[in-house]
Amino acid sequence: MAVAQRIAAVNAEGRAALIVYLPAGYPDMDTSQACIEAAVEGGADLIEVGLPYSDPLMDGPIIQAANQVAMGHGYTPADDLAMCGRLTAAIDVPAVAMTYYNIAWHYDGVDQLEAFADACAEAGLAGTILPDLPADEGVTWCKVSAAHGLETVFLTSPSSSDERIAGVVEASTGFVYATSTMGVTGVRQSLSERARPLVDRIRPLTDKPVCVGIGVTLPEHAEEIAGFADGVIVGSAVVKAAGEGGPEAVKEYVAGLAEGVRRAARA
Amino acid sequence: MTTLDAPHDTQFGRFGGQYVPEALMGALDELTASFGEAMADPAFLTEMNGLRATYGGRPTALYRADRLTEHAGGATIYLKREDLAHTGSHKLCNVLGQGLLAKRMGKPRLIAETGAGQHGVATATIAALLGLECVVYMGEEDCRRQRLNVVRMRLMGATVVPVTSGTRTLKDAINEAMRDWVTNVDDTHYLIGSVMGPHPFPTMVRDFVKVIGEEIKGQMLEVEGALPDAVVACVGGGSNAMGAFYEFIEDPGVRLVGVEAAGHGVDSGRHCATISGGTEGILHGARTIVLQDEFGQVQPTHSISAGLDYPGIGAEHAWLADTGRAEYLAATDTEALEGFKLLCELEGIIPALEPAHAVVPALRLAREMGEDATVVINLSGRGDKDVDEVARVLEMTSLDGAEAPPAGGA
Repeated sequence: MAVAQRIAAVNAEGRAALIVYLPAGYPDMDTSQACIEAAVEGGADLIEVGLPYSDPLMDGPIIQAANQVAMGHGYTPADDLAMCGRLTAAIDVPAVAMTYYNIAWHYDGVDQLEAFADACAEAGLAGTILPDLPADEGVTWCKVSAAHGLETVFLTSPSSSDERIAGVVEASTGFVYATSTMGVTGVRQSLSERARPLVDRIRPLTDKPVCVGIGVTLPEHAEEIAGFADGVIVGSAVVKAAGEGGPEAVKEYVAGLAEGVRRAARA
Repeated sequence: MTTLDAPHDTQFGRFGGQYVPEALMGALDELTASFGEAMADPAFLTEMNGLRATYGGRPTALYRADRLTEHAGGATIYLKREDLAHTGSHKLCNVLGQGLLAKRMGKPRLIAETGAGQHGVATATIAALLGLECVVYMGEEDCRRQRLNVVRMRLMGATVVPVTSGTRTLKDAINEAMRDWVTNVDDTHYLIGSVMGPHPFPTMVRDFVKVIGEEIKGQMLEVEGALPDAVVACVGGGSNAMGAFYEFIEDPGVRLVGVEAAGHGVDSGRHCATISGGTEGILHGARTIVLQDEFGQVQPTHSISAGLDYPGIGAEHAWLADTGRAEYLAATDTEALEGFKLLCELEGIIPALEPAHAVVPALRLAREMGEDATVVINLSGRGDKDVDEVARVLEMTSLDGAEAPPAGGA
């Protein structure tokens, strides 16, 4: 199922989509799959599966540490995608890969980007998010993704110029990722006030879904964002739950977020 | 190998580019514009050049190293004495330029990464000079190895943040500095310390340090009446080497030789000789050559010198290597220590461990090139910071060559 389609379907129910990030291989490969399935049971509408990378510039300490644990097991990106293949067969919501460009660029094959796109599609993933690939460096990746039926998601930031936002909107097919704050992923107690103005700047340019992530931690955050965005993305807080309490804790945490999303009054 | 997007004006050949989170793209655009305007502004250049001379101690001397030359038994060896510049290394040129630029952009806070601490010290220095706040990220392991520089930074009012993520060395200090920048880009300039990172940093840093090569050229023409036959410099990220090389790129008669740190040997897996042992990849915002595994995971590195201990290299070096304009060799920890001792004992100069890597390969080159030739070694920094570490390592490894301990006693 396509990402944009799924978000539109959820929005048609009168609420925003809940998007949950969890890394492959953390705390180990089987448990990561169980955690993601638990997130879906808890109410996630869309999954971002992290493929761990040694130097995750856009991630804060919780996700970086989880990536380090996963990499410490010796899992390769192919192992991660093999898990994604089993995962997508078991869940009925779309999943996308979230990783860094160097991982895509080194996937085993004659043409690595082609091979990576092929492997993602083979694993049943709907698309990718590569946070260190700005839209203007991503022309090749967009072409390769399109050829493999993969959706692309690029990031906008409160600091993006109108011109850059227009470029990101153009290049994104799954949804437009609005980062709520200046900063990297991580658990935060209060929500940045910069998310809404950013979403307001994106809206006039496109009908594509706009989802907000980075620093979204509590059900109240999810509720607030669900009032003005098409989707709410939560990562570090769920990863923390996975590390501390496994699938049960993930399910419980995500259920709280899902309630928050459902409480929101849609603008 | 996959082709990425077509080369554009942010690249050197196919290397370079801007592979960073979107949050930084606005800052990179602003920096590109401000740098261009500043370099076209005579007032900016006058201030920068004035401070280089009166505060920084430029031009640095070019010294004919007669005893080293005699020891090598070949070409005449000159040392470009960047160790005599203020703060003890070539780093001040770059931080002076970027510091003035940050002030011009109205950014009151500087952040920097540092390996050996030389760049951190230079940044702390310029922050004090210009009245800016300064935070320096430094790997926990490097804080230990380069304690003296940590103290120097703190004395000048900088906050030193020990980095405990990842491999706890320069690579991770850069990751942490980038994360800080993503978070605080509104009021903060990331003063990158080498010719690495996303565009415009490789170009900007090069333009601030290329004065080294310009001085070498003028000084060689004055004392020898000719250009040098070779310029040799150590390469981590590659700022001192790019500074020394750039002026000579269009002079095909001048061999440009970069020396990377081979640690325990390029085949040992414990080194940071990126060009000798790396493959193409994307690291810290640029397409370049990277020490990584087959999956694109960046590998832990090793060098006796914290300043070279980095798994990437400036994109322009990758391009110079690719086109063959510059040659890149590697020297092991042992060879670096040998170079260190040679400069101490033959010339009375205690070099930093970083340029000590360039000495043994330069002596070999001098022998090959013969007596009529001239070789310039860019002595990029002084070694006070390394004395403790060298003493520690030599005690561990010098048993075979050491004098016997006094016999008898109690």
